[in-house]
Amino acid sequence: MIEGLAALYIFMLAGFTGYEIITRVPVILHTPLMSGSNFVHGIVLVGAMFALGIAETTTQQIIGFIAVLLGAGNAVGGYVVTERMLEMFKSSKKEGSEG
Amino acid sequence: METIIQASYFIAAVIFILGLKQMSSPVTARRGILWAGAAMVLATLATFLAPEITGSDQALTNVSLIVIAIVIGGGYAWWSGKRVAMTDMPQMIAMYNGMGGGAAATIAAVELLKANTEASHDPTGTMTIADALGPDVAILGILGAIIGTVSFSGSIIAWAKLDGRLHRSKLLPAQHLINAVIAIATVGFAIAIYFSADLTTIVIFYSLALVLGIFITVPVGGADMPVIISLFNALTGLAVGFEGYVLGNAAMIIAGIVVGSAGSLLTHLMAVAMNRSVANVFFAGVGTDSGGSATAAEGEMKEIQAQDAGILMAFASQVIIIPGYGMAVAQAQHKIWELTQLLNDQGVSVKFAIHPVAGRMPGHMNVLLAEAGVPYDMIYDMEDINADFKNTTVALVIGANDVVNPSAKTDTSSPLYGMPILDAIESDNVIVIKRGRGTGFSGVENPLFFTDNTKMLFGDGQKAASELIQAVKELT
Repeated sequence: MIEGLAALYIFMLAGFTGYEIITRVPVILHTPLMSGSNFVHGIVLVGAMFALGIAETTTQQIIGFIAVLLGAGNAVGGYVVTERMLEMFKSSKKEGSEG
Repeated sequence: METIIQASYFIAAVIFILGLKQMSSPVTARRGILWAGAAMVLATLATFLAPEITGSDQALTNVSLIVIAIVIGGGYAWWSGKRVAMTDMPQMIAMYNGMGGGAAATIAAVELLKANTEASHDPTGTMTIADALGPDVAILGILGAIIGTVSFSGSIIAWAKLDGRLHRSKLLPAQHLINAVIAIATVGFAIAIYFSADLTTIVIFYSLALVLGIFITVPVGGADMPVIISLFNALTGLAVGFEGYVLGNAAMIIAGIVVGSAGSLLTHLMAVAMNRSVANVFFAGVGTDSGGSATAAEGEMKEIQAQDAGILMAFASQVIIIPGYGMAVAQAQHKIWELTQLLNDQGVSVKFAIHPVAGRMPGHMNVLLAEAGVPYDMIYDMEDINADFKNTTVALVIGANDVVNPSAKTDTSSPLYGMPILDAIESDNVIVIKRGRGTGFSGVENPLFFTDNTKMLFGDGQKAASELIQAVKELT
């Protein structure tokens, strides 16, 4: 478990990391990157699995079920859309296949 | 077992960051998303092994429910994501983002309900949610619930507006005042949850937050939608990070906060590109307020036939193509690329000029042109190409309007005033492909269309591009 001050450090470092990643991005990648970051917060799926996994009452199970449903939608949808977009980027100069 | 799970989360968090980093260069971007995808699968599979889940009283039911929910939710998203047209990408991102916000909000709901049950069984009857969860978890959990819920309902509205299902931009008179009241009430109920243990309070709180998300998004002008989607993306990230703290899950904290901060910066960059502050986007929808519209443009629009336009372009030294959302709607990007290749064969230099907010999202046009096969080194950003317009024979504007509106520079009364624009007006000739004579997305009149060196080619973008191709072909 992560708590208190340690969490505060994680919050801070993660904040700077996100800032650093974006500052060096060319405009042409803004939409794919927004889509990519949209996919990354799909990690909420893991949290939703916990919420449903530890549910005790029927109400909690119903809400937890919705959480997993939405979280899976975020993760899978975010991935598919980002991947489709990035698949199309190519240069006119043939610069050895990247993959 | 615990070690394996924690190690998986750690690896996932590292790969997410590396993946995002790789996505920031066109060469490695594809690899970035593949890696991040693998990390997500790893984290998800590891979670199935978690002792909290496998050791629960209802482990069998809950795990089955998890699998069913993933299959349905993921299956739907896979299906919809695969078949959506590239032009409709922005609203799909809005929708998937809304789902993430909703997931964060519902995680908080489960935690709050659990705490509520625990508090209500307390023999003294004085236990509050804050006591049951601990003050730090309670505060971050409730914050995540507000943010996630607003992001959820707001994103759904953004999706509906972009998808053309919702056209209203006014719900009630004095909308901003009402929004402020609802916002205060939501915060009030949030505080009430903290200091009490009452189911009704929680239900009212969520309902208010849902309404708040709807009300703040409805008045936002269509042209500002990219900023809003990006903002909601950042908010969802933040909510996910907060709920990660509630669950003690480091991968969620890191991924959520990284997205929260990256998204905030991206939102700011977009707003700057439009010369508006983020607050301004929310409190003044361009074109939605009827009062004091800009000076009416003088003169007449001059029409040109595709034949003449084709000749003009075929004998030009340089053509700059300025695509806008209209090109996306007409699906004209493939025809435009074909036209570009023909002109190249004629020895005409062709460049593409992309305004930072062309289309519905930054980079939206780049994605569409990439789809059509236009290499990204023919595509220029605004700052790199603006000086080049005066050496240009023809600026071809297809489906763009506000991003070439010179009143953004000259007319202080224009709602667009101050927004950086592409200086198409500087080129020798401007040809505008446009469906009709109406105003653009922001509802602002464009004086460029009335100047002497501008010719209008009326018609659907794809049809007009085909006619241009025909005209150029006939010359060879």
